[in-house]
Formats: sequence, C-alpha cells, structure tokens
Amino acid sequence: MRTLTFSEALREALHEEMERDETIFVIGEDVITHGGPYKVTEGIAERFPDRIFETPIAEAGIMGVGVGAAMAGMNPVVEIMYMDFVTCAMDEVVNQAAKMRYMTGGQASVPMVIRLPCGVGRLLAAQHSQIMESWFMHVPGLQVVVPSTPGDAKGLLKSAIRSPDPVLFFEYKRIYTSRGQVPDGEHIIPLGQAKICRDGEDATVVAIGPMVQKSLEAAVLLEDDGYDVEVVDARSLSPLDSETICESVSRTGHAVVCGEDSSFAGAASEIAAMIGENCFRDLNGPVVRVGSPHVPMPFSSELVKHVVPEVANITEAVSRVMM
Amino acid sequence: MSLSSELCKTMYRDMWRIRLFEEEANRQTSLGSVVGALHMYCGEEAVAVGVCSNLRDDDYVLGTHRSHGHCLAKGAESHRMMAELFGKATGTCAGKGGSMHIADFSLNMLGANGIVGAGIAPATGAALASKLRGTDQVSVCFFGDGAAARGTFHEGIGLGALWKLPVVYVCENNQYQQWVPRMNVAVLDSVADMAGSYAIPGVSVDGQNLVEVYEVAGEAVERARKGGGPTLIEARTYRFYGHSLGDEEQYRPAAEVEEWRTNRDPITTFQSTMMEQGWLTEEEDTQIQNEVKDEITEAVRFAEESPFPTPDSVTTDVLAPVQEVA
Repeated sequence: MRTLTFSEALREALHEEMERDETIFVIGEDVITHGGPYKVTEGIAERFPDRIFETPIAEAGIMGVGVGAAMAGMNPVVEIMYMDFVTCAMDEVVNQAAKMRYMTGGQASVPMVIRLPCGVGRLLAAQHSQIMESWFMHVPGLQVVVPSTPGDAKGLLKSAIRSPDPVLFFEYKRIYTSRGQVPDGEHIIPLGQAKICRDGEDATVVAIGPMVQKSLEAAVLLEDDGYDVEVVDARSLSPLDSETICESVSRTGHAVVCGEDSSFAGAASEIAAMIGENCFRDLNGPVVRVGSPHVPMPFSSELVKHVVPEVANITEAVSRVMM
Repeated sequence: MSLSSELCKTMYRDMWRIRLFEEEANRQTSLGSVVGALHMYCGEEAVAVGVCSNLRDDDYVLGTHRSHGHCLAKGAESHRMMAELFGKATGTCAGKGGSMHIADFSLNMLGANGIVGAGIAPATGAALASKLRGTDQVSVCFFGDGAAARGTFHEGIGLGALWKLPVVYVCENNQYQQWVPRMNVAVLDSVADMAGSYAIPGVSVDGQNLVEVYEVAGEAVERARKGGGPTLIEARTYRFYGHSLGDEEQYRPAAEVEEWRTNRDPITTFQSTMMEQGWLTEEEDTQIQNEVKDEITEAVRFAEESPFPTPDSVTTDVLAPVQEVA
C-alpha cells in the first residue's frame, strides 16, 4: 500500500470529494495564495477555481457564511488557520451551526466541516497551540473528530464532508508531516467508530490524536514489564464509541486515557467518567488520565517538554493502574 | 407609482396579519398560554411587508429575535406559528424554537435568531450558495440598529460586498437598543451611512411608509438579482411595545410612544393612502380586517387543540437521524 503524509491525505480527500459533489466549497484565510498554513488546500484553486474562497481575516464572517451556505444546501469546508482563532467565531459554531437543526424542529441541516489545525507545532506558545476538543464535545449538535494517521485522516474527512451535521475536525499540527499507509481508491471511515490499534489482555489505553502513536510505543516498552497492553484510538470524540471502549476495558480490567490537551475537564475526562460509570465492576484499578498540566502552552522548548505528555507518562500511568 | 391595487390590498392585509397575530399572542401571554419572551414587531410592519413583497418564494430571509413579522410577510401560516408560540408539536419548529427562533424552511425563511447580528453572515452565505448554484435567488437579512455595532455586521457585509453577492441588508432602526436610546451609544446617526465602508449603496427610508419601503427594497432586490451586489437599507421605524413583553418602558417618553402610535402607524398611514387613491373602499377594508380576525381566531383554536410534543422528541433533531455515509 502507498504511503502519504497526513497533509497529503487530507488534500486527497478534499480533491476527491470536491470532484464527487459540486456543492462542496472551501473557505478560509490564505487558502489560495499559500494553500493554507499547512498546504492542505494546495492545488484546489487550480482545479476548482470557482469553489474556493480566500477571505479577509474575519473568522466570525467566514464561519457565519459557512452556516448560511450550508443551510441553503451547500457543503462548506471551513478552514480556521489555527484552532485558537475559532474563539473569534464561537457564536457561529455554538449558537448557530450546532443549534439550527434542533431549534427549527429538524427543518435545518448544517452540513459543514470546520478544519482546526491544533496543538503544539513550532513553538507558537499560548495563543497558537490549543486543542480544546472538550469545548465542542460539550455542545449537542456538533460532532468532534480527531484522526491520528494519514489513512484515518482521509477516511474521516470524507465522512465528515458527507455528514449532514457540523463536524469539528481536529488536525494536530505536529503530525501533518507524518507518513502512513493510505488505501488506494475510495476510503471511508464512518464517524463514531473507535479503532483497536493493538490487541492486549492486561490493560486498555484509550488514546486521542498523536497520543495513539505514543501509546503504541509505550505498549512495546511495557512488554518488558510483562504487560500486554491494548490500544484503542478513540478517533471520534462525539459521537463517542463507548461500546468499543467499554468492551475493551471490561475485558482487560484496567484503563488509561491519554490526550494531549489538559486533562482537567478535557476529552480524556469524559471518556474516563464514561468508563467509570459503565465498567466499574470489571475494573481492577483506578481509571487514570494522561494529559498536559492545566497551564497555557508556554513558549520555551524547555518548558514545553513539561507540558506535552510523552511515552514515559503513559508507561508510568499503566504501571500505576496495574499495581 | 408601479403598485397595483391588488398588490396593495395584499400588503395591507399582511400588515394586519402581523398586527393582529401579535396582539393576540400578547393576549395569550397574559392568559398564560404563550410563555417565554415575546418581542413584539407591532409598529414595524411596513418594513417586513414592504421588503418581502418584492421577494419570490425561493428567496431567502433571515430574521432577528423580533421576527413574527418577517415570517408572516414571507408567507408563513399563522396557525402553525401560533402553535409554535404555544409550544405545541404542530408548531413551525415542533415546539423546539418558540418565538425567538421561529423558522419556516419550506419558504426559505431560514430563521429568527436569538443573537443580535447573528444572521448577517449566514445571509451572506445563503447568497453565496445562490451564486455557486447559478440561480438568481436573493437573500435578505433583517437586523436591528443594535446589530450595526457588532463585528458580525462588519464581517458579514464586508464579505457580501467583496464577492458582490445577491443580498439585501435591511436594518430596522427602531431607535432603541433594548432599553438604550441608539444615539446614547452610536456615533453615526444613519446606519445607511455605514455602507460607504463597503462601497455598496446605502439608503435610508421612512420605515412607516409602506410604499417607500416597497420601492427602495424593490430596487435593491432587483440590483441583487441582476448581479449588482448588496445594498444596505436603513428603515427608520419604531416599536409600539417595549423591548419584550413585561418591559416597563421607563426609558421612552410616553408622549413619544403616543406620537408614533397615533401619527406614525404604518397601517393607518397606508390605509389613508389607499383610500385617497381609491384602491380601497370601506367595505373592502372591513372585509379584510374581518378575514384576518377570523384567521387569527382559527390560529388560536388550532394552537389550543394541538398536542404538546411527546417526551421522546426531546432527543430528536440534535443530529440527523441517519448518520451513515453514502
């Protein structure tokens, strides 16, 4: 099977979907001139010149235009240059996109994808490195998707574009250049389905985004300690595949939940609570979260090291729950 | 004047539909049948009717928190709207929206909105959809003078102007931003003057004069439909009631309210015009008002007799029922 980078896989999904359905258009800052900050929209202007809109710096306007176009039958793919800037368009996401179907008694559909480059990349500090998946998980009417590999990035973006409801699509900046296998031809991954990436019998690590790869690395190290660790990629945080996660945890009897965002009230917290509620009688230890401390992202690389969770944090957490 | 007698009677009837629908909703609030916030449009009827009478069924309208008038003028059925205000399952939004979020997508009325200024960019987006599809549908966004202070006004109109989209931005300047007189918190007296920032036409019109609103909106809709881009219209108007029902209105001089109600009522103003022009006889006037009264009586009966939504519907319409990808 061929390999692509995460960016290339997303770009391929966009091109294929735009070829398939002419109601799809791209809108965002610098999406033509620069191909977006991570080159995901590169080449679209040449191939679909009438369906890509480069905007002034106006996130609320961009998002609002997306909502209106979606209600009027189009399928916008909105790019927010850094996910942090979505805070400038929160009314449009939370009060408009998320609420329209419900408030109108099912009359409205807002089939919109909001692409959000997130997390630590280059050292861009507190206003260009946030994740905040749980903000949007908390809002009914929104779907939250987090691919961890190029193959999933392509398959999930295609599903997100075809969904009749808004999707917040989290793209971790530091895995844009990572390579992975992407199947040839049509490749679709339904939303709301977690994936067991590694089978194991002793403990389940549920991981989000780049923490999946780190969990797989941790699982190899933990073999030396005699632990056989199962790794589950959550992939979709809302809707959450609680069935797959609970089945795994009930089988292994131990659970660690890993996200790169702050653990406090983060996505991992919701998953941990869900496991606690549903699997308590099968658990042989506490459910432990791995994430960043509850601080803004610092600038200095020496400080960042103490914020972003690493493989050692996962191995330590698994050892703790196995005690 | 290009107005036909027939169109005038329709517009006159539509203004009465709005007035009597709301006065009945007001009465039903005092009886306890309608609950929640009710933002009365009475006094501003000529704006919704004058603008929407220029629209086709497939044109888009986005409204405000004060949108009973926009819905009725776009053609919404009063009995389903009244049922929505009663919170009934037969309401336009199945009892999930209420007055502030009333919508009728079958008429491309894409919704009232509880957030001030939140419809401006989505109206621009609906216009972008028309342009992408190659249709000549026009989008109209109503908003209040308060919205002109929001960033969404600047961003939404800015994008509409940039892409020369078929959209008409209609500011209903009723001179009060909730309880604050507009000029206590604004610099420019005329919202229409803000159009210059976007290099689009800006027109200020007497919002109590149906004929003027109709003609100014007609030009703007025509320009939009023919690819000439957006227009910003400011309709100077006044709400006959407070911000919402229960408002004690200590911020408006009683004499001012009385002056507008007595001498600037858009319905009686147009009634006089029609009588003077010989477009309306007293018999026709009585007949129109009686028919509208009957319609509203029927709307209340329908709302009263309709069932409340069933508990299971509380969890539907969050996401589309079928999430399988094609």
